[in-house]
Order: sequence, then structure tokens, then C-alpha cells
Amino acid sequence: MSITREEVLHVARLARLALSDDEVDRLKDQMGGILDYVRQLDTLDTRDIVPTSHAVEMGTPFRDDSVRPFGDKEALLANAPDREGDFFRVPRIIED
Amino acid sequence: MANPPVHEWTLLAAAKKVREKEISSRELTRAILDRIERLNPGINAYITVLPEKAMKDALACDEALRNGRTPGPLHGVPVGLKDIFCTRGIRTTCGSRILRDFLPPYDATVTGKILSSGAVLLGKQNMDEFAMGSSTETSHFGPARNPWAPDRIPGGSSGGTAAAVAAGLCFAGVGTDTGGSIRQPASVCGVVGLKPTYGRVSRYGMIAFASSLDQAGPVTRSVPDAALVLSVIAGHDPRDSTSVDLPVPDYLAAAGQGVKGLRVGLPREYFEEAGLDPAVRASVENAIAALAAEGARMVEISLPHTRYAVAAYYIIAPAEASSNLARYDGVRCGHVTCCAGGLIEMMSRPRAEGFGAEVKRRVMIGTYALSAGYYEAYYGKAQKVRTLIRRDFEGAFSKADVILTPTSPTPAFKIGERTGDPLTMYLSDVYTIPCNLAGIPGISVPCGISEEGLPIGAQLLGRHFREEDILKAAAAVERAIPLPRMAPAMEA
Repeated sequence: MSITREEVLHVARLARLALSDDEVDRLKDQMGGILDYVRQLDTLDTRDIVPTSHAVEMGTPFRDDSVRPFGDKEALLANAPDREGDFFRVPRIIED
Repeated sequence: MANPPVHEWTLLAAAKKVREKEISSRELTRAILDRIERLNPGINAYITVLPEKAMKDALACDEALRNGRTPGPLHGVPVGLKDIFCTRGIRTTCGSRILRDFLPPYDATVTGKILSSGAVLLGKQNMDEFAMGSSTETSHFGPARNPWAPDRIPGGSSGGTAAAVAAGLCFAGVGTDTGGSIRQPASVCGVVGLKPTYGRVSRYGMIAFASSLDQAGPVTRSVPDAALVLSVIAGHDPRDSTSVDLPVPDYLAAAGQGVKGLRVGLPREYFEEAGLDPAVRASVENAIAALAAEGARMVEISLPHTRYAVAAYYIIAPAEASSNLARYDGVRCGHVTCCAGGLIEMMSRPRAEGFGAEVKRRVMIGTYALSAGYYEAYYGKAQKVRTLIRRDFEGAFSKADVILTPTSPTPAFKIGERTGDPLTMYLSDVYTIPCNLAGIPGISVPCGISEEGLPIGAQLLGRHFREEDILKAAAAVERAIPLPRMAPAMEA
């Protein structure tokens, strides 16, 4: 199955990946090859089959929706690429 | 018989000697740290080594023993963790450039359990980037090497862990397995690796790759050692909603039981695979003969949907990965590379610079498979095929208690041999992937050595939450086919 350059660029935008031209060309071929390979699943009749999202059946466990303090705010902020006081600093994203 | 050198001891022997004060944790830890200093530059099994911290912790272990404190099961024994488990205040990279400076603010549950068992943490072990790979070649920190043949891969993604265990650079390690990432490296490095049932071990603080498949488990030099580590890390954790609230059995006792009357299923499809190396086939047949000689009963079974497992996996795992890896957006960690161009640009640059080629490929495949108009055709279809694969195993386990297969179709391949073609690399997981899709436990145990001197492993699969069965079968193979656990090349 072939996939176009435009499709690769569209998916890259959805995935938030700024790809170089070389990467787009390479991914176009490699994704096409992988999608070809996985299309073999189409030969299986799965009309009445229930999908499996988790292999071990279990219910959804519930807990109280209670606040528990983490305590080490500095450890969280230490990883921030950029900070201002107790905030993660990011570029302006809303235009005037 | 001469006493084996310290670094060749099993985990159980080392723990016993520390407990009985035959050796101090300080001496034991010093010996392994010296070995790491000497051999790690060649093998690259560790991304981060913690010499000062490990020696300090070892001294504290000795002090605690002197003060009569009750030791935990791994008291004073130096071990390693794959660099995917968060370690509070200790750099955790997941093999990626994007996390190269990440200091986790908390410990993973696995980390916490290993530390509270008394073990001394030596460092964080090398891995394929975000656990995506079968060779440890996708690590941002360079490939790890197979201690049996340094021009070959140690498997992946837990390749650093398997290489460290095989080279005597720790007494045990904990890895993770999404499609074979514990069992395949264990197989090609000649050590034991166990992937528990999905839900048996908490995933809290373990950096997520494919959340419906990921599971942590031990890599060790013996089956009883794997049983011991599993008993330390298993158990319910309220912080992981998929961890299961079941009692933890005595795995060590199970590893000592015989296999008389155990029904061992041999899936015909696994032995018909075109890519199966003749040396691997012959070694796995030796494991079959060994189990039969111990009184196990062989039954032929069929897992007809095996041939679709790799295709289903390479939709499901990348789809889940593309969602999990969306959090690396350059806001909460990493570095800011640009400010112009708005939000999408701000996120897209650090991701493009921080992720390697394999991670990008999988994020792209996963995003494509989940995108509008394709979801049903890919992800939905793959999840239905997953049901068929699960049913195969349910049928097989009505006739057999465990299933025996090769772990990897070939011994370790050469570094660089498969990096050009992602699909060939993916097909090296053909025997290990179905187990993850079905959520069942699996173990790889050494069962032979090829003519070129490369280790070969056999895989045993069991029913959900029946790790005892695969442990006792693997222990029987280990007893019947004694093989060196330490890579001989290391002793040159």
C-alpha cells in the first residue's frame, strides 16, 4: 500500500513531529512497507469478534476522589525547561 | 571444585552469604563496582552507574545487620534496574535524548519494592529508546553489546539488563517486556528472563510504551533467582488500576517442584516457522527431551493465529505508544528550542530533536492507525485479532499446563545487521509477541549453545497468574541442561 508525501506530512502534524525532507521520504517508504505487512489482517473474518483492549478481564477499580499533597514541589519544577516562580513557563500561544 | 568468583554467584547464594555474614555487602558491592568500571566501557550495559551511592547503601546494609535488624530477601545484594523505572532524584532516561536530564520526583513501585527488599542499586541499565527495539541499538546512549560476542546485539529492549547479568555486572536486574523485551535479550545473552502475567507487577512509575502490553519482570542467572525477584516485585498496587489484587504465591517453592505429570504443549505452528534456525530447533528439542525425561507429558497443540500476531502487535503497540508519548511536549521537561511559530511548532521541534528514528517511526504508524477514517480498519481490526489470539491460548490451555517454544528464531545477530529494515527487526519477535497480546506469563531459560558459541533459549508460557507452572518447568530444563551462565568471553 502506498502512502503519499502529503499523508506523511498530515500525520506528522497530528503527531507534533517536525520532520526533515529526508525523514518524510524515508517514512513514506517505511510506513508503506509496514502498512502493507499489517494489511494481512484483512484476510481474517472478524465480523462477530469482540475486540480485546486488555488481556486480563477486570473491572474498573474506584477510589475516593480525595486530595493528597505531594510535598516536593521543587522536585517537580526542577525538570521544567523554563520556569517563572512556581510556574512552568511556555511561549505565548494566544495572539492579541 | 574451586569456589566460583564473587561475580558468578547466584542472587540466592549472594543474599545468603550476606545474611550469614560470610561476606559484607561492602565487599560484595565493591567487587561488582570494580567489574563494572573495568568491563562496562566495552559492553555499555549501564547508562548511569552510582558508585558512591551504592557504597554508602552497602555500608548502611552492613550496619543494619550488625544492629540485628531483620534483613529483607535481597539484603545487601547489588542489583540493577532498566532505565525505564523512575528512581527518585536519579536520572531516568528511558534510553532517549528527550529524557537525558530527567530527574524523577518519585520512585516507581518496582524501584520501591526492590529497595525495601534491602537490595543495593548499582545503576540504571541501557535499553532501546522507550523500549522500542529488539537489539538495544536504538538507545540514544549507544548500543549495548552481547558479552558472549561483543560484535553482536544483546537483544532488546532490556539488552543492557541481560548483558549486565550475563557479564557479572549485577546479581539480578529488572527489565520490562512489551513484545519480548525481557525474554529475547535473556535468550540471546544466555540468562533467565521472566515476563509475568499482565497485572501481576505494578506499572506505576514505569515509563509507559504500550500500556495494555507492558509488564516488568526479572532477569537473572538462575530460575530460582527469577522466582525470588518476582516474589519481591509482584503484588497489588492501588496506584496502578490494572494491577490485580491476588495473593503472591511462594514462587521460590514452586521453582523447586518436579514436573511429573505436567502437560507440556508443543504448538506445531511455532516449529514450522520458516525463519527458525536449525541450531535453535535442535536446542529446543533438547529441552523437550529433558522435560519428558523428568516425567512431563508432551501434547501437540495448535495456535493457528500466531502468524497474525506480529501484524496485530505492530498496530496496537505503536498506537498506544503514540498516545503515551504525546506527553513529551517540551513543556514539563526537556529543553525549549524555539519560541516563534505558535504552539504546534513549539511542541514539534523538541519532539523532532528529542526522539530517535525508531520512536518517530512508531509514533507515525500509531498516529496514522488512530487517525480519523483509519481507526476501525487498523486499531479496531487488530484488537479483534487479539481476541482470536487469546482464544487460541484458551483452547491450548485446556490440553496443556504450559507451552514450550523457542524464544527467538535465531541466536544473537550482528550489530547493524538489521537496522536498515524495520520489518526484519520486528519479525525477530515472532515467538514472544503472542504472549503479550494474550497477557499470559512467559519465561526464557537457556537450553543450548550454537556452534558459534552463542546462547539459545527456550520459552515456557503459562496460564494467567500461573507463574508457578512456568517456573517449575524452566527450573527442570535448567537442572537437566547445565550451561554456563557467565559469558566466557568476559574472562579473557
